[in-house]
Amino acid sequence: MSKAGLTKEQKLQMYRRMTLCRMFEERVYYLFLEGRLPGTIHQSQGQEATAVGVCSALAEGDMITSTHRPHSHAIARGVSVKSLMAELFAKETGCCRGKGGSMHVGDRDAGMLPAIAIVGGGIPLASGYALAFKSLKQPNIVACFFGEGATNIGTFHEAINMAAIWDLPVVFVCENNKYAASTAVEKVMKIKHVSERAAAYGIPGQTVDGNDVELVYDSMTEAGERARAGKGPTLLELETYRFAGHSRSDPGHYRNTAEVAAWKERDPIARYEKKLLEEGLLQPESVEDLQSVISRELEEAVAQAEQDPSPRPEDCLNDVFS
Amino acid sequence: MSSARVGSDQEVKGREMTMVDALREALREEMRRDERVVLLGEDIGIEGGFGGAFTVTLGLSEEFGHHRVIDTPISEAAIAGIATGAALGGLRPVADVQYGDFLFLAMDQLANNAAKLRYMSGGKLTVPLVFRAPVGATTRGSQHGQSLEAFFMHVPGLKVACPSNPYDGKGLLKSAIRDNNPVIFFEHKLLYGSKGARKEKGGVQVVAMVPEEEYLIPLGKAKVVRAGRDVTLVANLLMVHKSAQAAEVLTGQGIEAEVIDVRTLAPFDWPAVFESVKKTGRLIVVEEDNLTGGWGAEVAARVANHCIGYLDGPVRRIAAPDTPVPFAPVMENFYVPSVERIVAAAKDLVLPH
Repeated sequence: MSKAGLTKEQKLQMYRRMTLCRMFEERVYYLFLEGRLPGTIHQSQGQEATAVGVCSALAEGDMITSTHRPHSHAIARGVSVKSLMAELFAKETGCCRGKGGSMHVGDRDAGMLPAIAIVGGGIPLASGYALAFKSLKQPNIVACFFGEGATNIGTFHEAINMAAIWDLPVVFVCENNKYAASTAVEKVMKIKHVSERAAAYGIPGQTVDGNDVELVYDSMTEAGERARAGKGPTLLELETYRFAGHSRSDPGHYRNTAEVAAWKERDPIARYEKKLLEEGLLQPESVEDLQSVISRELEEAVAQAEQDPSPRPEDCLNDVFS
Repeated sequence: MSSARVGSDQEVKGREMTMVDALREALREEMRRDERVVLLGEDIGIEGGFGGAFTVTLGLSEEFGHHRVIDTPISEAAIAGIATGAALGGLRPVADVQYGDFLFLAMDQLANNAAKLRYMSGGKLTVPLVFRAPVGATTRGSQHGQSLEAFFMHVPGLKVACPSNPYDGKGLLKSAIRDNNPVIFFEHKLLYGSKGARKEKGGVQVVAMVPEEEYLIPLGKAKVVRAGRDVTLVANLLMVHKSAQAAEVLTGQGIEAEVIDVRTLAPFDWPAVFESVKKTGRLIVVEEDNLTGGWGAEVAARVANHCIGYLDGPVRRIAAPDTPVPFAPVMENFYVPSVERIVAAAKDLVLPH
């Protein structure tokens, strides 16, 4: 139960956003299988509650940074689905005008920097953006997404330490999905929880069920209020699981089926749907209605992206310098 | 070395300043002009400290406060990344490393983030960032004396400045701060003219007249330091001075060398070099970097493409050998390109065999 006193509309909005994230990823998965999209993808099915719980607790003007697995972050932050789809189709109308691709989607006007696809590389950007908010006396915060794999790279340490000593308005959001590509977290981390590392920086650290969107929302709200009040950063560890492989070509043989099945039992969308049905906020028929609305939205986005113009080849020469 | 005046504009009226003074004045003027300009670095604003490794920021924290002269932990990757993020967020950071060699620690943030975010965003973002870095061999051995310009010249999205004298240093730094792109700003340790305990042994006492009134020097404009008809010497940083000294020696032997100070490597003033080579028919590039893959290789290739019909001899490159920077002064003196090497190369090119 949310401590934050979520309204019915907020709850339904979180449910809709999570469903949109899931259905977007599934539509994209099939587009890849059909060979209609270039490049590769890193998908986030199963991690919708972290993206949506965190972004639902943000205000206008706040910023997020993201990773090589950014689709749900973008949708949760409100980057337009059409511009995301167009970017995956490598079109001029994409959110990065075809220069970013799946791993760099973002739209600053919507509150998301282009995703940084070098693991851990976006963490200093988040601290830096937060430094700008603080220096320019803007009342905003940054939510910095990264996986547990990023917590072993130097920029994690350097950038969180600096955010801590300067009390920067940033929340470090670790989506611990248990695997860095194929490497299980136990193999590369001696402690049990990523959040224990917060003690090293003198900031609060908290481990939260990342598949419970209301808990995620609550913990982000609390950390966000602390950051906005000038009290500095928090390290939130959201425990979750990706149902998909690491990337397009990964069948995930390093995970046993029992483990995958157990996490699917904790599917964040199914859990929330059950809860909202029990609370009477959602009716079975409205679930189907919602899915067909989203399906139509996605099909429109696909159709639009396919029609949209490609960048001209020589456009690759533009935008190197301002 | 003599008290070179190379690069200073003899007609300029003003005060005689060292590089350190000129860079500090550039920072002070830009910080007064625009409160979004902030400094980030190690030991740059500590009371009782020394104003950065080479005193450039001395006194600035007293005037602007620690919220604008921000002392950081020893965290070069995050200094670069935080400066990049802050630039995206609306500040105009001027960050620095104490020695250019430490830029390798920051390479991911500079090459993958600062340089590429504008591009990856489809031209929607700007990264107005300056990253200052001292370079040059100064009897500190292999990890505190490298010349790194070529690494950064190779990264699309980065501008690279490398002033040889205080007048240019001030004007280029002010332009770099106002530029909406990331600029890596190289300073040669032997050109600083730092005083007291921070003074470099063997430093060149380069001073220049720096005007009282404000001026800017655009990025991408080379300067003909000395005109000549027989051979073109293209150089940057300390090597501009060695080239000018070599030109002095050569003129006594009947050879008139034209010396070009590139001032910035990216953007590079190709027309200035091509025009000179078309006049002289001979080119020597002088750089302190290791020979292989140095920026001189790019100059040689472009000149071969654009001026081949004008060349009266092979393009020569004078650079450090392909070794780390050695420590022992006798070895370092061998390693760093010398006036004698430049003179010998020019005579070899120009005089009949």
